[in-house]
Amino acid sequence: MAKLSYLDAIRDALFVAMEQDDNVFVLGEDVGKKGGVFKVTEGLQEKFGEMRVLDTPLAESNIVGTSVGAAMMGKRPVAEIQFAEYILPAVNQILNEAAKVRYRSDNDWNAPMVMRAPYGGGIHGALYHSQSIESLFVSTPGLKVVVPSTPADAKGLLMGAIKDNDPVLFFEHKKAYRLLKGEVPEGDYTIPLGKADVKREGDDITVITYGLCVNYAIQAAEQLKEEGYEAEILDLRTLYPLDKEAIIKAASKTGKVLLVTEDNLEGSLISEVSAIIGENCLYDLDAPIMRLAGPDVPSMPYAPPMEDYFMMNPEKIYKKMLELSEY
Amino acid sequence: MTEITMPKLGESVTEGTIENWLVKVGDHVSEYDPVCEVNTAKVTAEVPSVHDGVITEILVQEGETVDVGAPIYKIEVDGDASADETADSNNDEAQTEAPVKNEQPAMPKQQGDRRLSPVVMRLIGEHNINIDELDGSGFNGRITKKDVEKYLADGPVKKAEPVQQTAVKPEPVQAPKAKSSNESGESIKVSGIRKEIAKRMVQSKTEIPHAWLMMEVDATNLVNLRNKHKAAFKEKEGYNLTFFSFFVKAVSEVLKDYPILNSSWDGDTITVHDDINLSIAVANEDKLFVPVIKNADERSLTGIAKSISTLANKARTNKLTGDDMAGGTFTVNNTGAFGSVQSMGIINQPQVAILQVESIVKKPVFIGDMLAARHMVNLCLSIDHRVLDGLVAGDFLKAVKEKIENLDPDAVSVY
Repeated sequence: MAKLSYLDAIRDALFVAMEQDDNVFVLGEDVGKKGGVFKVTEGLQEKFGEMRVLDTPLAESNIVGTSVGAAMMGKRPVAEIQFAEYILPAVNQILNEAAKVRYRSDNDWNAPMVMRAPYGGGIHGALYHSQSIESLFVSTPGLKVVVPSTPADAKGLLMGAIKDNDPVLFFEHKKAYRLLKGEVPEGDYTIPLGKADVKREGDDITVITYGLCVNYAIQAAEQLKEEGYEAEILDLRTLYPLDKEAIIKAASKTGKVLLVTEDNLEGSLISEVSAIIGENCLYDLDAPIMRLAGPDVPSMPYAPPMEDYFMMNPEKIYKKMLELSEY
Repeated sequence: MTEITMPKLGESVTEGTIENWLVKVGDHVSEYDPVCEVNTAKVTAEVPSVHDGVITEILVQEGETVDVGAPIYKIEVDGDASADETADSNNDEAQTEAPVKNEQPAMPKQQGDRRLSPVVMRLIGEHNINIDELDGSGFNGRITKKDVEKYLADGPVKKAEPVQQTAVKPEPVQAPKAKSSNESGESIKVSGIRKEIAKRMVQSKTEIPHAWLMMEVDATNLVNLRNKHKAAFKEKEGYNLTFFSFFVKAVSEVLKDYPILNSSWDGDTITVHDDINLSIAVANEDKLFVPVIKNADERSLTGIAKSISTLANKARTNKLTGDDMAGGTFTVNNTGAFGSVQSMGIINQPQVAILQVESIVKKPVFIGDMLAARHMVNLCLSIDHRVLDGLVAGDFLKAVKEKIENLDPDAVSVY
């Protein structure tokens, strides 16, 4: 097993998937000759040629619309949206077309496509390059939303997304690209979608989160261990549809639940997770469900101290974990 | 921050019950402002603040009993926010715990948060756990799921001196918890004084073999005498010349001849007291006090009437002190005041007898072969049969009867 960065693991998944299946192709802004602004698709065009690694115009609606058509005709497009917040012009294609093809055609048609998009902050990207926009998409049946938290998961889940027969939004945390490194299985490594994963075992509190926050929560849990508390950490991995069974099990285990997201608090994904726990785990709860999230302000600021104030980090999670542990 | 401890409210008082908090956390108090009412062995006393400052924490809840010297509240003394004061309060030990950092998520040992989380509620129900046996390790002493799991795994935590607690337990006050068949109705929180009364009464009634006798006394002379002087006395002295004063006076005199009734029972010894200190029962709304007329035998009738008046007023305004209540050797109870004609008093431990003075009722009585309208009164005596027998009790009662009956209705003075 090779030790790869989160970014390398994603690239590895693309290589393996394109080698395995000729129907898989990549499209997006600067993904070909440049290899992508983050270099995720570097080397792909050299290996698979211009017909399978397409540089597109700056038109997200076009990128996704093209993908929907190709997917309905039997291809497996993997579209890249350069930054997650750029996806908004394509929302009609995603929500109205891609997500509803199967339903609208009574199962005659489907759209096996993946839309990759780097999300999240902490990289001095300010307004247009720091947002978490997953909450816009996590209430659309027909669409799957996936966020990996480790290099191995990034590879396995991306391969799983490419093999999935319906549209998948695949959010990659851009700060994680080169920050996270880990052992990644070689060759075909697929993780089925829709399954959450316990990343750390503990019996004092349960932390449920996703994306880069999983890594931060694990760091915080190691610090919390010194106080004598063990945190269970559940990585949601697939944000839509949620793995309710795993959420209920993890929440019931300790009865003390902390939900973490980098997104703005109100109406975020963890609000839904909280509702699931509230509905199913009342008699197993030992403390109020706690949420830790970004403030309800329009965007992550550029100024570093202000960005730190907004951005999630291990210290913030640790403090909240300790509060919950001592409740 | 200064910790204030339970004051010692009288000799031999070892504990006190917080009856009432007169302040709450955050209140500013000045020195000598009353902070709480403390009840010790039947006295309720207001505890004044010894500092100017802000109350920061109340450590003992209303109704809780703590030892003298135990911390009862904390106060932030004005101009002393830095909290390094050690000298002031009267318990230096409690203060020597190193200055704790404020952020330290306190692990208060007092019974704190008694709210139960859903999972704790479910677990104690499923396993039939008495939550009083659980120690809360959570914030403010909250009982956590972990605490319950630990309890289930390890069994009950050994609390301090559980043996003593159970040994003292057989207070039958608790025992007859017969459930009322009627569930509806108001429930009244039992106050500290009520609890004290209940405890004493149960103790007296269960420990003392009470025997009881009653004599009917012709109080016609008394009524005439008193009526003759009543108005003038009131005008001159400012308080009433009551019938009860005459009975108290008579009892104090007769007790000199029957000292065994003026004694106490200690199990191994019977102590006959030199002083004749008469307890008189005074009721105040829902409370019963038994203040004492000290050396009643040395007082004139006026002196006794005055003592009764003073003590009764103090009782009604909650001003009785420990001294007012201490040292009684025999009790005279004015049951006639509320119209009773016959009653069986419960002896006020460790005394050995109690005399109930009933209502004076005018009725037809044979004197010789003639019927006459006379003012009659029943005197009811309860005695501790461990100490007293019927003969001496009868002699005592007869002597009181004679004193009352032989009052001279034509006496020119009651002084």
